[in-house]
Amino acid sequence: MSLVSIRDVRKSYGDVEVLKGVSLEVEKGDVVAIIGRSGSGKSTLLRCINGLETYQSGAILADGIEVGGEHANLRELRRHVGMVFQQFNLFPHLTAAENVMLAPTVVNKTPKKEARAIAAEVLAKVGLSEKMDAYPSQLSGGQQQRVAIARSLAMRPKVLLCDEITSALDPELVNEVLRVVEQLAKEGMTLILVTHEMRFARDVGTHLVFMHHGKVHESGAPKAVFAAPQTPELQQFVSGIG
Amino acid sequence: MTYHLEFSALLPYWQDLAWGLWFTVVLTVVSTVAGIAVGTLGASARSFGPPWLSGLVRVYVELIRNTPFIVQLFFIFFGLPALGLKLSETTAAFIAMVVNLGAYSTEIIRAGIDAVPKGHIEAGVSLAMTRLEVLRYIVLRQAFAKIYPALSSQIVIVMLGSAVVSQISAPDLTYAANFIQSRNFRAFEVYFVVALIYLVLSILLRYLLRLIGDRFVRVG
Repeated sequence: MSLVSIRDVRKSYGDVEVLKGVSLEVEKGDVVAIIGRSGSGKSTLLRCINGLETYQSGAILADGIEVGGEHANLRELRRHVGMVFQQFNLFPHLTAAENVMLAPTVVNKTPKKEARAIAAEVLAKVGLSEKMDAYPSQLSGGQQQRVAIARSLAMRPKVLLCDEITSALDPELVNEVLRVVEQLAKEGMTLILVTHEMRFARDVGTHLVFMHHGKVHESGAPKAVFAAPQTPELQQFVSGIG
Repeated sequence: MTYHLEFSALLPYWQDLAWGLWFTVVLTVVSTVAGIAVGTLGASARSFGPPWLSGLVRVYVELIRNTPFIVQLFFIFFGLPALGLKLSETTAAFIAMVVNLGAYSTEIIRAGIDAVPKGHIEAGVSLAMTRLEVLRYIVLRQAFAKIYPALSSQIVIVMLGSAVVSQISAPDLTYAANFIQSRNFRAFEVYFVVALIYLVLSILLRYLLRLIGDRFVRVG
């Protein structure tokens, strides 16, 4: 069975239907890049996967757990589904290491010492070993986002959801974050990314999903899709960003 | 007419002043700790509780913030016995203080909670933390850091406002002053000295609150 299975999901805000029956299967090790115009529903879809948003019909199963189901399951689900946000959302009153240690100690009841070792390991993975005791305000945007990635990794997720994680960064800081994500992809991490980085989507992604008006408009292998977009909407979208 | 200052007239009463001071200090410390506890619960309920609880807290806050403290105190001490709830003046003083600071700190802490970015709550929830854990480890920590100066001011106001409890004969510093001047008729000296004590108390309290803030409350 797929690691993440999205079946005919529909969601509306009031009268506005933002997801109009989206289906998507994500296998272990897949790197799925979701692209599309703002308002096409891509972030909403991502946020449905870990229960940050509810949906009205259809089904999402992540690691075998029904997302729209009982409340009790969401906590278990989120232990296996990490999320990284556009705005980093680091906790400003905690150091980088403490940001990373919080969920393991609070949720998994990992002893402090062990959690600190996990923090050291995941911060090393994102290249920030020397910043363990720095506060978020002392870090650059790129460094903050890498800490946020490390914070998710500390929970040993099976899937990592990335919601436009480079969109709030200065251009020269984008690459240091993308390199970390690329490394994760190489190590076999399952990733679902909403992104505007087309080159990254093409080079690192194993699947490309183009969303348009709340639907999966076109999808397939990134290189093939980019080389020969089938629908006029995607052709326009791809040429529009050059 | 000339008035001869005679501060030595207070000397025989120094123990009364000392006990009064002690009562005021204990009253302030206890009502600060309990009042902030009430405020934390109130603010949490107001921001994250079910609508009925949030509404209840709102009524409590508005009721207390829009009535005079002395009326609240009189209601508790003189009014409640009519319902069969008879309290000693000391108990009534403590309750009135906690209820009063509880309402003000609810509003202050709520402002701090509102100032925490929603994204931080989502990040906490996404890390599989429960709402309560997010509140405790992420939201309240940041909220307190943001509103600590406002809360400090309120604590000093409450300490000074505690003088009102003398009106129901709770044996605080002002009660001692009233008592002494009724004995030796040295109103100027007594109230001058007591005002000085309150001044020093305020300065010390602000200093102490700043130390606590520097030590425990990180702004980030």
